[in-house]
Amino acid sequence: MGFFDGFRVTIRQVFEPRVTHQYPDEKRPKPPRFHGRHVLGRYEDGMEKCIGCELCAGVCPARCIYVRGADNPPDAPVSPGERFGFVYEINYLRCIHCDLCVEACPTEAITESKLFEFSFVDRQDAIYTKQELVVDDEGRPRHLPWEDWRPGDDAHTSGWMRATSPNGDAAFEGRVQWSAELGYGVRHPEAGQVGDRDDEATGNISIREVDAADIPHRYGGRYR
Amino acid sequence: MGDPLFAHGIDPWVFLIVAVKVIVAFVVLLVSVLLMIWFERKVISDMQSRIGPNRAGPWGILQTLADGVKLFFKEGLRPDGSDRRVFYLAPYLAVVPAFLIFTIIPIGGVVTIFGHTTELQVADPQIGILFLLAMSSVAVYALMLAGWASGSKYPLLGSVRATAQMVSYEAAMGLSTAAAVLITGSLSTRDIVESQNGSLYGFLPNWNVLRLGVVPFAIFFIAVTAEVNRPPFDLVEGEQELVGGFHTEYSSVRFALFFLAEFMNTITMSAIVVTLFFGGPDGPAPHVVRWLWPILWFAGKTIVFLYVYVWIRASLPRLRYDQLMDLGWKRLIPLSLFWLLVVAGMLIDSRWGFAVFGGGLVFGLMLYQALRVTRAGVEGPDATPAVGPGGDFGPGGGATF
Repeated sequence: MGFFDGFRVTIRQVFEPRVTHQYPDEKRPKPPRFHGRHVLGRYEDGMEKCIGCELCAGVCPARCIYVRGADNPPDAPVSPGERFGFVYEINYLRCIHCDLCVEACPTEAITESKLFEFSFVDRQDAIYTKQELVVDDEGRPRHLPWEDWRPGDDAHTSGWMRATSPNGDAAFEGRVQWSAELGYGVRHPEAGQVGDRDDEATGNISIREVDAADIPHRYGGRYR
Repeated sequence: MGDPLFAHGIDPWVFLIVAVKVIVAFVVLLVSVLLMIWFERKVISDMQSRIGPNRAGPWGILQTLADGVKLFFKEGLRPDGSDRRVFYLAPYLAVVPAFLIFTIIPIGGVVTIFGHTTELQVADPQIGILFLLAMSSVAVYALMLAGWASGSKYPLLGSVRATAQMVSYEAAMGLSTAAAVLITGSLSTRDIVESQNGSLYGFLPNWNVLRLGVVPFAIFFIAVTAEVNRPPFDLVEGEQELVGGFHTEYSSVRFALFFLAEFMNTITMSAIVVTLFFGGPDGPAPHVVRWLWPILWFAGKTIVFLYVYVWIRASLPRLRYDQLMDLGWKRLIPLSLFWLLVVAGMLIDSRWGFAVFGGGLVFGLMLYQALRVTRAGVEGPDATPAVGPGGDFGPGGGATF
C-alpha cells in the first residue's frame, strides 16, 4: 500500500548509523586547500616575505586588507630587497576567505592556514596586525588566546598557494616554483593528477576517504 | 458508580486525598510534557538520521528544561493593536482544558490509601467522556481568541483555520466516541475502561478497538490528530504560509503556555485513545506490587501512541486545506455515522447489524454513483480535463475553455 511507504522510509532511518560528528569534541581532518586565517610567511633566514606592494589589498574584494610599505632600513632590513610591509592589517569581520590575496601575492608572503576557529568578542581583536599574522621564529602561526587549536592544526599552512602551478600553465603542475619557508624548507608540491604523491608531506587528505569510514557499506562507504 | 472515595461522605482525609491527586496529576503532566518534547525531538531526529539534543544532561534529557528556563526569561511582548485582556487570557484558556481533560483519565486501578478506597484518577464524573468533548471545544476558544486578540492578520488567518478545522473534526470525534459509549452503556471513563477487561474469544484482549472493529479507533485517532493540530493537520500553524499561526504574536511565558498546551493535549489525547479503545490500564498483572502494573500498562500504551504521533509527524506532509475539509466532512463523518449505526444494530441483534451494514453499503455505493454521474454531467460526457494528472497541461487541454 503506497500510503504507508512514507512510514517505512522514516522508520528505516532509526536503524541507520548517524554520520554526525560531535564537532567540538571530535574534529575531522581538513581538506588540503582549506581557507582558514592568514599567515605572513618568512624566508628560511628569518626575513619577512612581504614587500609591501599592496597587491593583496588591491585585489581583495571585501576590502579587508590594509597595507603600507616602507623602505627597508639599510642596517637592519626586514625583508630582502628594497621595501617591506610596514603596516599589514586584515579585518576578519570583513574577510571572506576567497584567497585572492594569496594568488595575487608575488612573493608568496601571504598564505592561508587551516585555522578557522577564532571567535573574538571585541571588534579590535578582529583586526589582525603584523604582530599576529607574521609566523613566529619556528615558522608556526601565532596562537592567539581566542583561537581554538589542536596540535597539528597549524601545520600545512600554504596549501592553496601550492595547489596550482603559479603561472597557470598545466605543464608546470607539480613543479616546485615557490621559495622555502622558515621552519619547513621548500614545501612539496600538492599531489596532482599524475606523478608520485607524497600525501604525508603535503598534508593531503581526501575528505571522501575520511567520510567513507562513517558511510554505510551499502551506500558505498566503509562502515559495516 | 462514581469514585468509592465519596461513598461515606467527605471528611478532611478525603479532601486531602483529592488535593494530593490533583497535585500529583498536575506535576506528572508537566514533567511528562518536558519528557515528551525531548522524546519527540529525539525520535524525530532518529527518523531524520540526526542525533538530536544531546548536550544538556544525559542524552539531552534536560534540553526542554533549559529551553523552558530561557523562554521564561525572555521579554513578553504585546502588539499595539491587540486586545489586552483577551490576549492575556488566551494562553490560559489553552492550558486549563488540556489539563482538565487529563483529570478524567483512569491511569490505574482502585487503591486503598489511609483506609480510603479510591480510583487512580483525579475525577470520575458521570458525564465522563462528554467532559472530554466539552473541554476540547473550549480549547478552540483559546486558539480563536489568541488569533483574534493579536490584532494581526496571520494569527487571525491561523485562528480561522483552527476554528473551522476543530469544529469539523469534532463531529467525527464525537461520533466515534459514541460507538465506544454505546457498547459500554455508560459515559464514565472508569466504566468504559472496566468494560474492556477480560478477553475476546479467549485469547484476544476485550478492547474496544477489536470489539468495535478498527474503524472507530482509526477515525478517532485521525480526528484527534486534527483536534490537537498535530502534523499532518497543523495548518493552523503552517509556518510556510502563516509565520506561526495563532501564536505568531506571542512570546515568553505566554508562548510557552501555548507550547505546553499543545504537548499536554498530545499526551492527553494519546491517553484518551488508550482509555477508549485500548483498555486503559488493562493488562496482565503479576501478583507483586499489584497497584503498579495497571499504571505501567497505561503508561506503556500511551507512549506507543506518542511514538506513533511523532512517527506520523516525521512521515506525512501537511494536508492542503481543501483536502483537510474533504477528509473531515466527506469521509470521516459519513463513515463514523455509518459505523455507529452498524454498532447500534449489532448490539440489538447481529441480523440487524448485518442488515444495517448491507443497507449502508448499498446506500453508499448509490450515493457514490450519483455523485459520479452528476459530476460527469456537469463536465460533459467527453470533456478532457483542462489540467491533466500531475498538473501538466496536456495537448489541447485548454481548448475546452
